[in-house]
Amino acid sequence: MTFTNSVELLAFHNVAYTIYAVIIISVIAWFGYNLTRENKAKSVVRIPFYTYIAFLVAGGVGHHIFTYNTIPWVSEDITRHEAIPDATYHFEIAKHQWKLPQDKITIQCGEQVMFDVVSHDLMYGFGLFRQDGTMVMQMQVNPGSRNDLLWTFLHNGVFDLTSTEYSGPAQYSHDGKTDLMRVKKYIEIVGCKEGGGK
Amino acid sequence: MSFAENLMNGTNFDHKSLNALQKVTLRAVVMSFLFYGLVAIEGMIMRMVSIGPANPLPEMFSHPAHYFSIMTAHPIVGIFGSTYQLVFAAFMFLVPFLTKKPLYSVKLANFVWLMITIGTGLAWIAAFVWQYAPLYTLYWPLPADTEQFALVGGIVFILGVACIMIGTFGFIYNIYATIFARVGVHKDKTTKELLISGFGIDGMLNLWNKLRGKQPYSKEPALALPVVAIFRGTVDTFLDAVVILGAGVLVLVYLLFDLGGAPLNVATVDALLYKNFFWWGLDLVADGLVLIYVAGSWYLLATLITGQKLFMENVARAALMLELLVSWMVWSHHLLGDQGQPEMMKLISGEMVTAFELLTQGLALFITLVTLWKARPLKMTMELKYLLGGLVGFGLAIPAAIIQADMGMNRVLHNTQWIIMAHVHIALIVGLYMTLYSALYVLWPIVTNNTKMWSSKLSNVHFWLYLIGGIGMGAFGGMAGLDGMLRRHLYINGEFNTYMILAAICGSMVLIAWAIFLFNIIMSVGIKGLIGIFLPAEDPTASYGIEPETIAENNKA
Repeated sequence: MTFTNSVELLAFHNVAYTIYAVIIISVIAWFGYNLTRENKAKSVVRIPFYTYIAFLVAGGVGHHIFTYNTIPWVSEDITRHEAIPDATYHFEIAKHQWKLPQDKITIQCGEQVMFDVVSHDLMYGFGLFRQDGTMVMQMQVNPGSRNDLLWTFLHNGVFDLTSTEYSGPAQYSHDGKTDLMRVKKYIEIVGCKEGGGK
Repeated sequence: MSFAENLMNGTNFDHKSLNALQKVTLRAVVMSFLFYGLVAIEGMIMRMVSIGPANPLPEMFSHPAHYFSIMTAHPIVGIFGSTYQLVFAAFMFLVPFLTKKPLYSVKLANFVWLMITIGTGLAWIAAFVWQYAPLYTLYWPLPADTEQFALVGGIVFILGVACIMIGTFGFIYNIYATIFARVGVHKDKTTKELLISGFGIDGMLNLWNKLRGKQPYSKEPALALPVVAIFRGTVDTFLDAVVILGAGVLVLVYLLFDLGGAPLNVATVDALLYKNFFWWGLDLVADGLVLIYVAGSWYLLATLITGQKLFMENVARAALMLELLVSWMVWSHHLLGDQGQPEMMKLISGEMVTAFELLTQGLALFITLVTLWKARPLKMTMELKYLLGGLVGFGLAIPAAIIQADMGMNRVLHNTQWIIMAHVHIALIVGLYMTLYSALYVLWPIVTNNTKMWSSKLSNVHFWLYLIGGIGMGAFGGMAGLDGMLRRHLYINGEFNTYMILAAICGSMVLIAWAIFLFNIIMSVGIKGLIGIFLPAEDPTASYGIEPETIAENNKA
């Protein structure tokens, strides 16, 4: 099992968390109901204390093992300093304005690209968004430290760029209707198959 | 009694019968719920703005300077003005109640609620009047950015936060001075014995001795378990106050130099290092004192409601110590999206140690549930209902955060509505506040000298509206986050309006629930009683004599 983009990952996550939420609410409701009954309820299942603890530990640790093995950008991120990307794009930000590397970026499917962003004043964010508003990925952009993100795109798409971190009201027009840092349709991914992948 | 008479005089509330400790507790509670109303209105304004052009609010609320000043004031009023105030009031009442010793100083307790109220008011005014809006995270160098914000607004805001922290130090001093006072049952205890018990070392030694087949280190620990939780959580409260005050002083120095016409270079402070420092302290609230205080409150409520000893008490004592240590090492989960943060810190502090919270909070949930289960059948009183609601809240909120405290998930969820709605709002509104409402219903007869609640029907309406509204708002906001909606961003064109309309409907339920609760309380104590709470107490007693065991009798089926 591998998630090739955020849409697949978050759809899975949505289903898994919803199931969990229904279970925990139901268990406490069942518990509350049986607390008040004169006839003592028989336990549906007996879970020994140490099994419960083991379950919690396995849940906490297993979650990270699962994501490390199913989300490709985790290992890519950890080892990014050793990677030689197919292309590197340098961005700068000052006074809520981007200095972009070029007018528009087109990336081939499966290319490993590095986004390197420098802030000259405040803390910003660097985020790409699909045309339906869903997030592709993001990172924080701190002034005075390195902000680099290695990414491999496996689905075609056209993405907007904007700052994902609040840096004061100057990011917007006075009436609030326009995000002045949003660069529409700035990055395009081409060459992927319909279901994703090269 | 007519409605008007009831409104003026309450049911059977007599403020003159209250002693000094009861009055100071109620003063803080009143302020806390007033601030709660303010924070709920602020939250609803932001939710309405996110609905888009259809929202009926005046256009000024959609202006970025105005919108983000509300977003800045909202957590200050909610966390400090309301939650801190309520928790501090409860604990300054509970510690004397549980230790059967007087509170160290009622004057200091009065100072605490006044300082927090004034400080919250100043921070709110700075946002309202000068639209100072660096948000509660104060990411460097935004709070010192005088090109975007008025200097005076920044100075007033920082002074407000400083007042809150000074009030917090007052609370800490009062709690420890009460715990360490060698009077009453602790007359013959040494400071060392109280310290060992306070840190839960006796619980650990008991477990260790049990494993070796030896006699327990201490059969009767010097401090009751809830007091241990208060003791332990207050360590984090202290560290957090030091960090927030430190950050405030730094910002203030920059603002004052700017005011003097000789601005300092903001680049001399490393933004990432500052962020680590600030999050270390701020996270001691979210992942430290809140979790420890809540665990302690669950244990207290479970034992008070059932009248029985807590299940696995030694494990609970040891777990509280573990929780304290864990809380000092988890802040990096807030920096998983910061590429300058060392990978090992992300991995160990941000992921692995953070995952321990699943264990510590899961353990607290288990111990509380088993303690209740062993005492059944119980009556479904308001306090039990709210306690179960609180357990549901944290049962939902903790895994929602653990999911995001992961390098893979964080890359696509950081700064979205997921964390602020599915985790923070459900943890606070449902988890924490329902626990606090449970404590309020338990303590109500004790603090008010058996004042009858005006309407139990309204109490029930409040419960259901609050529970459904709180979970619903968090859930719909969280779904918007999964669809890419950012948490610290302005959306006024209706980009996520389906989720936002649903979240606003649920948010309205929370707001209405608060109004119903407040109305019920006012009808119970009356307007005269409400004013009387703020008049000096005729009885200067700083303790309360009812035995905790009497509460259990009311919960037996």
